[in-house]
Amino acid sequence: MGKRTPFYTVHEQLGAKIIDFGGFDMPVQYAGIRKEHMAVREKAGLFDVSHMGEFIVSGPEASDLIQYISVNDVTKLFPGRAQYSAMCYDNGGIIDDLIVYMLADQKYMLVVNAANKEKDLKWIQSQNTFDATVEDKSDQTCLLAVQGPAAPEIVRQLTSVDIDNIKFYHFDTGDFAGAQDVVISATGYTGEKGFELYFDAETNDPVKIWNELMRVGEQFELEPAGLGARDTLRLEAGLALYGNDITEETTPIEARLGWITKLEKGEFIGREAIQKVKEEGPARKLIGFKMTEPKKIPRKGYKIADNSGQEIGEVTSGGLSVVLDYGIGMAYVNSDVAEPGNEVSVMIRNKAVSAELVKPPFIKKK
Amino acid sequence: MKYPDDLKYTREHEWVRDNGDGTVTVGITDFAQSELGDIVFVEIDENDDEIAKDDTFGTVEAVKTVSELYMPVTGKIAEVNEKLEDEPELVNEDPYGDGWMIKITLSNKEELEELLSSEQYQEII
Repeated sequence: MGKRTPFYTVHEQLGAKIIDFGGFDMPVQYAGIRKEHMAVREKAGLFDVSHMGEFIVSGPEASDLIQYISVNDVTKLFPGRAQYSAMCYDNGGIIDDLIVYMLADQKYMLVVNAANKEKDLKWIQSQNTFDATVEDKSDQTCLLAVQGPAAPEIVRQLTSVDIDNIKFYHFDTGDFAGAQDVVISATGYTGEKGFELYFDAETNDPVKIWNELMRVGEQFELEPAGLGARDTLRLEAGLALYGNDITEETTPIEARLGWITKLEKGEFIGREAIQKVKEEGPARKLIGFKMTEPKKIPRKGYKIADNSGQEIGEVTSGGLSVVLDYGIGMAYVNSDVAEPGNEVSVMIRNKAVSAELVKPPFIKKK
Repeated sequence: MKYPDDLKYTREHEWVRDNGDGTVTVGITDFAQSELGDIVFVEIDENDDEIAKDDTFGTVEAVKTVSELYMPVTGKIAEVNEKLEDEPELVNEDPYGDGWMIKITLSNKEELEELLSSEQYQEII
């Protein structure tokens, strides 16, 4: 048995299929991935992602510590602003991707992947030569994500916070469904509008918050959605998954994360190695692809070949696009051929199946 | 979940119905369809030759994952459920009925006796 979030009993009552994910017993699906996926694209879905790790970094040099261990420029943040970032080793390999929230002056929240939490915490502490305190708040922090076009309508009804003024990757803190000090963040992992809600499990009633969301969400056809749909949604949106598309073996440059890597910001861990990869050009690049033959689904680990049968890459994420109804994926492909429009083959059970390289996202929102 | 008593089962989560005429009908169990989740394609290999027990005869693609299909007995594929071409969801909805996958002409009838009973199958899942 793994760790459980405060919503575990709720998931069981809803008939969820439970799997181990990052050491947690988590719902992978309720009614079915397809139904949950479409609910998020057309109405709204409610995800329990409380397994994510949350660290509070505070103190006079909190900003300096984060600036040193992450690739994005933390000095661009202000209270109410969040930032997508990554932590790298000296060699440029990605330790984890994360979101940095500036909660207040000298106080930040780092949100990291559940499976990397212990590794990340040890790493940050080992690099903390600054006047900063790092606290692991993961066990007491709940995280619910409400995602989809109807998400703002649902969230609006449960808070006095003016959510219409929260822009993408911004947040506000306030009351929510009877709970206090809830971080209402306009972020997500689905490519849809939506909010992520962080709150303390000990001073609030987590199940009540879930139930209030489901009650208000009923008229908007809000569906509970599991990690299965979360994965198919993020893939359609072209968002990288740590462990698949980004790992310790990949640098931000080849992982299409150059846009968050601010080499000019000053010294940070991995900077020299990343600078070198940028100047010399990476050997391979992460790129999207779509299957051009029907009924063929790419999976992680499948090889990519050129038309002569030469291996040129490997699939890191793949699956069926529920919306487009064809196979899509992301792969590392040799840089000289990693161009959108190029025709390649995906080797599916020893057969070459036609595919075309494309620039993610696979679906564009109106 | 249901595991009808009149069927035989394999460790690869397939069921086998003896049609009594030298053929068997094969599909995947309720447990298997539930574990796979939404099934999107069923692909049966084109093969007119005899296929040995435990060799693969096709694949099931679900949204989340892919799974191989294994011959529960040695034989030739006599018939393929053409309905699954357009309605793969039948495997989820009716795994022992309209969601059947292939019929096999048996090479060796005795192999049927090596298969699991409903009770034995339920012990391993």
